[in-house]
Amino acid sequence: MTGPFILLHPNDNVLVARKLAPEGTNVELASGTITLTQAIPLAHKIACRDIAEGERILKYGMPIGITTHAIAAGAHVHVHNIRSAYTPTYALQDANGQSAEVSS
Amino acid sequence: MKQQFQGYLRADGRKGIRNTIVVAYLVECAHFVASKIVAGFDDNDVQLIGFPGCFPNEYAARMMERLCTHPNVGGVLFVSLGCESFDKVRASKAVSDSNRPVETLVIQRSGGTAKTVATGKGWVRSALTKVAQVERAPMGVDELIIGTICGGSDGTSGISGNPAAGKAFDLLIGEGAACIFEETGELISCEDIMVERAATPELGKELRAAVEKAERYYATLGYGSFAAGNAAGGLSTIEEKSLGAYVKSGDSQIMGLIKPGDVPPKGGLYLMDVVPDGEVRFGFPNISDNAEIVEMIASGAHMTLFVTGRGSVVGSAISPVIKICANPDTYRALEDDMDVNAGAIIEGLRSIEEVGQEIHDLVISVAKGAQTKSEILGHREFILTYKTFEPIGPSCLPTV
Repeated sequence: MTGPFILLHPNDNVLVARKLAPEGTNVELASGTITLTQAIPLAHKIACRDIAEGERILKYGMPIGITTHAIAAGAHVHVHNIRSAYTPTYALQDANGQSAEVSS
Repeated sequence: MKQQFQGYLRADGRKGIRNTIVVAYLVECAHFVASKIVAGFDDNDVQLIGFPGCFPNEYAARMMERLCTHPNVGGVLFVSLGCESFDKVRASKAVSDSNRPVETLVIQRSGGTAKTVATGKGWVRSALTKVAQVERAPMGVDELIIGTICGGSDGTSGISGNPAAGKAFDLLIGEGAACIFEETGELISCEDIMVERAATPELGKELRAAVEKAERYYATLGYGSFAAGNAAGGLSTIEEKSLGAYVKSGDSQIMGLIKPGDVPPKGGLYLMDVVPDGEVRFGFPNISDNAEIVEMIASGAHMTLFVTGRGSVVGSAISPVIKICANPDTYRALEDDMDVNAGAIIEGLRSIEEVGQEIHDLVISVAKGAQTKSEILGHREFILTYKTFEPIGPSCLPTV
């Protein structure tokens, strides 16, 4: 993968930002080039392909959660669209500055 | 080549890399007086620790004994109000049995605040001369106990700082050191891969049971071991945080499972089970990072590797803290507080192996007496709260 994102494991369905990726950044994915519709901060994740609702998110090749909504390739993957398979995540606000949210 | 340095030899045969007098308050009501006694002394020579509660607790009593007889400690002054439940006679006996100078001041019998402070300062001054005469002896890496924790984690922690700490652990264990990783609440989802690394199948069962206990405990509390800042830093779930935290353990075989205050009987890698046993009591297992650091120290840790992404600035009483910054942006913002820049891995400037070697070399130089950033800045945080533990099972430790 090119640019500011890294694929940590070949089985992963998310990429991790190695530095802040500004809105409008073009990212080459297997399905083609997408343009970020929002800035992605360092160490946040985007989907590297379309992911259906209820699918597992894989990072380091390991499951880190389950999608609560369908996620389009290139979209931000975080507390607003995935949940833990164990205990809920407590967040004051997400990276977009949106209101407090507990994904359950 | 085996690295050697000069340790402080204690009567039990253990050796320290620091030689500190601790002033320990035995209830919050004695905290102020104890802090006044410590004020004005050098941060390295005299440090404040204590337990705030007035109600008795076996865990706290045992932790205090372990901390006050830690090889980095040369002498102890207990400061009691007088009417609290803490068993000061038992604590004092544990220290005097270890051949360390010890004194207990009871504020109610010492004339109150000002007189107790004056008496306490006088005792510390005379104890400093005694403590300075402690015998030095050659000490090797195979006599070191090193802990690791992560705090203020973000999405960089699991990619740079934690894998580098894991490499350092592998190197230190290869030279015979005992290394401890912990926070079973942050190993949720890692049970299967972790159990495969256990030295025996029986130990594997104990490791799995410890993580399952953590999962139940946190489910009852309603929160995982997860702070709001973790999410702001890109971590979405406890299992994502766990996988990042787990790699601090490196690749070595897991030799044992210990609980706070249990000292590893020989070199190798140990998991510390920090989640209380029995029904949920007294609240969250460890209310902040320093509670975990204190438990490592009670298990004999000479120093702690602290991996941070968001940017913790803490140090610790008794044992130095080496801060490894996983996030390159945080490193630039808080460089004066960070010992190692693991963020360079994310920027593609250094490899995990290189940073792991740097951490290993820093451990040796801190053992030789070099000060960490938090030591230089005067950080000497300490917290001890209520908990309940059962003793570890027979399969938890390797045979010596």
